[in-house]
Amino acid sequence: MCESCPIVDWEKELPTIRSFFARKVDATMTEHIIWFDRYEHDHKPFVGGKNSSLGEMTMAELPVPPGFAITTVAYEQLWSDKTLVHDVNELLRSIDHDDYVANREISNQIRSKIEAVPLPDDVTADIRHAYFELCDHCGVEDLPVAVRSSATAEDLPDASFAGQQDTYLWIQGADSVIEHVRRCWSSIFTDRAIAYRHAMGYLHQTIAVSVGVQKMIDPISSGVAFTLNPSNGDRSQVAIDASWGLGEAVVSGQVTPDNFLVDKVLREVIKREISDKGVEYCLTESGSVEKLEIVGERRTAPAVSDDDLVAIAILARRAEKHYGCPQDVEWALDKHLPAGENVVMLQSRPETVWSQKTKTSVATGGYDPMKSIVTTLVSPLHKKPSS
Amino acid sequence: MTNSFPSPFEIEGPEGVEGWEELYPYSSSFSDYRKDYEDNRFWFWDSMHWGKALTPWDATFMEAALASLSQMNSRHYRIPPADGVDFRILYGYAFLSPVGVDPSQIEARIPQFMERAGHYFGNWDSLYESWLGKVKGTIADIESIDFSPLPEMEDLEVITGGTALGSGTKLMSEYNRFKDLIMQAWQYHFEFLNLGYAAYLDFFGFCKEAFPSIPDLGIAKMVAGVEVDLFRPNEELKGLAQKAVDLGIARSFDDPDNVSLEGDAGAQWQAAWDEAKDPWFNFTSGNGFYHFDKIWVENPDIPYTFIKDYIARIEVGEDISRPIEAIREERDRVVSEYRELLGSDEDRETFDGKLGLARVVFPYVENHNFYIEHWTMSVVWRKLKELGATLEEDGLLSAADDLLFIRRDEVNEVLWDYYANWAVNSPTASAAHWAPIIERRRAIHAKLDAWKAPKALGAPPEVITEPFTIMLWGITSESVNNWLGSDEGAENELTGMAASPGTVEGIARIIHNPEEVNDLQQDEILVATITAPSWAPVFPKVQACVTDIGGMMSHAAIVCREYGVPAVTGTGFGTDKIKTGDRIRVDGSSGKVTIL
Repeated sequence: MCESCPIVDWEKELPTIRSFFARKVDATMTEHIIWFDRYEHDHKPFVGGKNSSLGEMTMAELPVPPGFAITTVAYEQLWSDKTLVHDVNELLRSIDHDDYVANREISNQIRSKIEAVPLPDDVTADIRHAYFELCDHCGVEDLPVAVRSSATAEDLPDASFAGQQDTYLWIQGADSVIEHVRRCWSSIFTDRAIAYRHAMGYLHQTIAVSVGVQKMIDPISSGVAFTLNPSNGDRSQVAIDASWGLGEAVVSGQVTPDNFLVDKVLREVIKREISDKGVEYCLTESGSVEKLEIVGERRTAPAVSDDDLVAIAILARRAEKHYGCPQDVEWALDKHLPAGENVVMLQSRPETVWSQKTKTSVATGGYDPMKSIVTTLVSPLHKKPSS
Repeated sequence: MTNSFPSPFEIEGPEGVEGWEELYPYSSSFSDYRKDYEDNRFWFWDSMHWGKALTPWDATFMEAALASLSQMNSRHYRIPPADGVDFRILYGYAFLSPVGVDPSQIEARIPQFMERAGHYFGNWDSLYESWLGKVKGTIADIESIDFSPLPEMEDLEVITGGTALGSGTKLMSEYNRFKDLIMQAWQYHFEFLNLGYAAYLDFFGFCKEAFPSIPDLGIAKMVAGVEVDLFRPNEELKGLAQKAVDLGIARSFDDPDNVSLEGDAGAQWQAAWDEAKDPWFNFTSGNGFYHFDKIWVENPDIPYTFIKDYIARIEVGEDISRPIEAIREERDRVVSEYRELLGSDEDRETFDGKLGLARVVFPYVENHNFYIEHWTMSVVWRKLKELGATLEEDGLLSAADDLLFIRRDEVNEVLWDYYANWAVNSPTASAAHWAPIIERRRAIHAKLDAWKAPKALGAPPEVITEPFTIMLWGITSESVNNWLGSDEGAENELTGMAASPGTVEGIARIIHNPEEVNDLQQDEILVATITAPSWAPVFPKVQACVTDIGGMMSHAAIVCREYGVPAVTGTGFGTDKIKTGDRIRVDGSSGKVTIL
């Protein structure tokens, strides 16, 4: 039994929770859908970190695949069902936090209930409508999309962990989209997320889930880009990692990515280390991810061309400029977009390592041309430490 | 890895060159008198400027240049840590050694330097304006030198004017004036150069600190001028090619050795040529330091060949004009992006100040080469040939170019012989006296020329501190270590300066001398000891460029950046390791050349 866990009476508590999330924005949000290209800062508490980042990138004219967020307002509608609230509360109360096996079963039961509960008509209608609009926009019927949860939790240091970042790829058709939106909603009740919140002493209701629906991209290659040289902090360079297919092969440590340094001002590839890339993860038509052996020359061929590296660097720089600090960017090269426009950005976050070092000016004191020249002459360049 | 280069006293030159030292002044030879000093120094072969064995007259300009460079550092501006760059000739090749200032003396020189250099930096534009006047005046003075043969009898005006002074002594003083004007020109050459480099290095150092990995060329791009006199000859060629097309006489250039210009169109074109050629075609196919360098005005087949190439490109609809606006915009973009990436407003202020000064000094750094190495030296070599022709005509020498093998101060003796026997009206002794000496010297020189000089001599310095050695010759502590370890380097790999970015693979063509430039085929990779500005018209043809010697400001680097052609300079051994026809990869971003 865990008395601290219950999710409380949502109906009664909703206004409080609403103001909890909206504390700083003083907005009355009623929208179920926020398009990325109509994103505003005030929307952040209702679309979560992931979606707000996509929205902000879109507004900064970065090439983010088009899509929309289903707001936490829609998520909250879920809890207008008294039975669901009651059932979930009961199940949460029954948890014994030391019994992992039992907890997985309880988690499954909670998730099933969330996924099965009838939704208010206006919520489903809005999602359907938005999905059709996206299909229209891309000119594709039953457009394959990625459906991702984007948790939000005011004042929690790591909402993405306190919630759960579920991602469903290659989803087609409005019914299937709605089904996966529900799975994202229920994903905050995975056994892992429940245990984490319990361990951290967070209340379950402090988490709300927004869901992002975004045109699916099918990467030839993908990777990350840091908008500085990680070896010396030089901000005129971009470090780019790349491997074939989806990022999974690198994330899981099965492949060492190619590593490049690109000069973001001169727009030239300065350094390249091409590694032997043995596997790639690719999407199948059914939306599952498949691991494939790489054979032949592709193993040791660069996973990105120089032109694309420069394009990635320019976009990464644009993100950095927009956010006003060095960024850590996820990118992909899409198979279906025309060459020259096929670099897409999936995420941009502040770079943390170098940015946390105290910044020192190179210049010391006011500029005096003669003194400065004397200093240069007396202590030649190569004597200065290079980093 | 060895940790020292061979001593200059241990080098065995080619066989059969005993007595080679007599080709040069004793002051430029390694000798037992200065062995301790010489043996404890680091000497590098300046193959960038003097890749071939020097004749006595070629040596004159090496000595004039190095003495003038040194004088400005040591005696004029009191560059705090750097005196001159010492120079020696070993088996015909120029070896240089930067001379640092005793550390205890550096402090005392700082106020002297600040006052002196400060005056130049503070009045740069007006001093540069007056420099242009001085140099043009010097060139006009050299042009005015009269080396014509001595007359049968003096003009009547000498009598009626009561001047009494004759043509013979006049010729001797004209010759002395010639030598003086050469020294004058070379002092002007270095009047601004060292200070220009210092201001550039200051900006350079700041950029390297702010952006540890910034490529040298990123810095050069911010400073480089958009309209530069050194590019003018090439621009004039393009204009003349366009004019030939417009006038409908393009076909006249099909055979550059046989260009005949007829009719009104021909005359119009000729008029345009005449207007352009002075001064812009006082442009040499080499670096201006050698008697065999070909000057465009005297060898019109060279510019005609380039014009023919340009005509062909115009005729296939190519736009050959230099996109001035685009170049300017790109430069502004690069500057504003680096500026934006700086960490603080204080840095931006310093950046603006240093960049501003670097840009003030840079037109000189870029343009002096045209005025001295090309224009002045074209006239100097022409005058020297005139003197040789006069001496041959009057039987003092068997051949005009024998003069190249007589040291500049020995020439005074020849002129005395000429004068005295003209005065007496008696036979001269010179031809017979010099015949065996010149024969011997020519034979020695040919053997020296076939020899390959070592890269460096003596004890490698712990650290290279002379700023101009770093900047101009591209010689750094790292490159010296590379030379030391070169025997163990991968057989198929060379490293040098990343001078102009981009990576290409292609077929190499080794160019040993300027005459071979026209052999270059479309899309080949030019591999040379060093390139000259007058090779600019072939750069659109090449895919990449590799040179043995040269720093970030070397001609190859500047022109390759201009044309967007990848380049690696200062590889040390490019022309040794690579053969014409080899397939090579040039990575101008990392400075690597791979033989595939």
